[in-house]
Amino acid sequence: MLYFIEQALNGIQLGMLLFLLAAGLTLIFGIMDLVNLAHGSLYMLGAYFAATFAAATDSFVLGAFLALAATFVSGIVLEVIAIRPLYGRNHLDHVLGTFGLLIFFNDLVRLIWGPAGMTLSLPSEMLTAVQVIPGVYYPLYRLVIIAVTLAVAALLYFTVMRTRLGMLIRAGASNREMVGALGVNIKLLYTLVFGLGAALAGFAGLMQAPILTVQIGMGENILILAFVVIIIGGVGSIRGAFVAAILVGIIDTIGRAFIPDMLRSVLNNDASATLGPSLASMLIYMLMAGILVFRPEGLFPAASK
Amino acid sequence: MSDWLNPRGAVSVGLLVILALLPIYASLTGDVFAMTLFTRIIIMAIAAVSLNLIMGYGGMVSFGHAAYLGIGGYAVGILWKEGITSGFVQWPVAIAVSALFALAVGALSLRTRGVYFIMITLAFAQMIYYAALGLDRYGGDDGLTIRQRSQFDGLLDLNNRTLFYYLCLALLIASICLVSRIVNSRFGLVIQGARSNERRMRAIGFPAFRYKLVCFVIAGALCGLAGALLANHTNFISPALMFWTRSGDLMVFVVLGGLGTPFGPLIGTAAYLLLEEALSRVTEYSGLFLGPGLLLVALYLRGGIEGLIGGARRG
Repeated sequence: MLYFIEQALNGIQLGMLLFLLAAGLTLIFGIMDLVNLAHGSLYMLGAYFAATFAAATDSFVLGAFLALAATFVSGIVLEVIAIRPLYGRNHLDHVLGTFGLLIFFNDLVRLIWGPAGMTLSLPSEMLTAVQVIPGVYYPLYRLVIIAVTLAVAALLYFTVMRTRLGMLIRAGASNREMVGALGVNIKLLYTLVFGLGAALAGFAGLMQAPILTVQIGMGENILILAFVVIIIGGVGSIRGAFVAAILVGIIDTIGRAFIPDMLRSVLNNDASATLGPSLASMLIYMLMAGILVFRPEGLFPAASK
Repeated sequence: MSDWLNPRGAVSVGLLVILALLPIYASLTGDVFAMTLFTRIIIMAIAAVSLNLIMGYGGMVSFGHAAYLGIGGYAVGILWKEGITSGFVQWPVAIAVSALFALAVGALSLRTRGVYFIMITLAFAQMIYYAALGLDRYGGDDGLTIRQRSQFDGLLDLNNRTLFYYLCLALLIASICLVSRIVNSRFGLVIQGARSNERRMRAIGFPAFRYKLVCFVIAGALCGLAGALLANHTNFISPALMFWTRSGDLMVFVVLGGLGTPFGPLIGTAAYLLLEEALSRVTEYSGLFLGPGLLLVALYLRGGIEGLIGGARRG
């Protein structure tokens, strides 16, 4: 049971990370109708920036803030130079163009930071474990990730639903021409939304950097998981992305932790050792397939599309 | 015949002539590397031809096509490991399992549209990727070295480099012909009709879903064959065969060559792989040039290289 709670917390933490990525993806898709495969590259950039700035400033927090700003700026530059001409084209063009960007960023990072990968170490006070309920100790840093991401999610929700900028974003999603005709600078709005998405992805990358190694291609696996999240949640819906991210995070983690054992009680050791890990990795894709059979537009289809 | 008298026909024929003569050049100069590279180009072109059938003609943007490449390869590898070395078993199994997987994926994914279709096909391919990653008996993450190519007792010896090359080339030409026949048949016209307006096809009485599903399965089977060839070519299989970026590569080949044109996939595959090879000799960071190149292709080269050569757009 204690193990289960620990794994559930791990699942929520993964879900939070996925939400940060998926929120940006789904915003960019919902508003600009753009499929962005380079989103994982921004996640990677965030992690590399954080590792570099934290080493330069000797402070994790300061490094994180600088990295966040740097990813935001990178996103804006990327949007203005490369993404803007892709708006209004078909999805195949998006896939091709942003796939090119992904190849570009992988080699750019290799050129700047070298092929070796980096590590980002946490401040020592973050390395402790806290007792969440009697008998269950959980790493403080992972709890911080969960808390900070929840705060970001709340802030995002507030921004989109309660502020003027959010109103424009929602209006842009339902009818971009009308918003443009009413005198809103739609180009600037798109650039800001893309920068926001980039910052969220970079934030996910820098939060995850101390747990994983910072390496080239780190965004490629997690990007696909983020896509699964927005498909399950309904493309364009932030609420859907939040629910689906937690669902995917928990199911994936719990599956990995328990399926091999469960199989061992049914099958012999050899078969379960082979089948267990694969089955656990495939679980969320099966979940996605199952959901799409019954709800082809995801759990929370966005009203506009 | 007039089809062959335009610049685009000339390029296609020229490319085929070069491919046909390459082993002669290679044996004269002893350039083994060229043979390896071009065998690879031909095999990847078969995969691209199969993707072009669904993506170019059918409008089904599958982002998981490398899965069939992997399934075909793993069929050969797993059967070899279990002691079944006959190509008469391995290749049909590769094709059949790919077709079955395509049937399952297609039956689920073709219910969805647009970006959902792109991503659900992608997700299924990732699923197979993880399944292969867990196959410890067949190498897991490290992959499996296949020590023996498929045996066609007495009929063909695939260890003969030149023979294998011509076999692949023959299969490539056969698949180009097959796809051309399919798309110009009544079946293919329904598929192309469904690409432009599926609702209308249904309204005039064609069960578009079933037509598209059959088309999807044919493409999967053909790509499975390419996978079997690839496993024989490299004598090695690994989950990396079907990582999603590999599916992206296949899409790049098709679009670069010219979506929905008979020779586009071959031209695109040859152009991209040769460019990649040439760049890798000059710089360690070929992606810095290839990546923006792809973006420019997506932005300004709608018809691909075929469109550039032919000038006029075909409907």
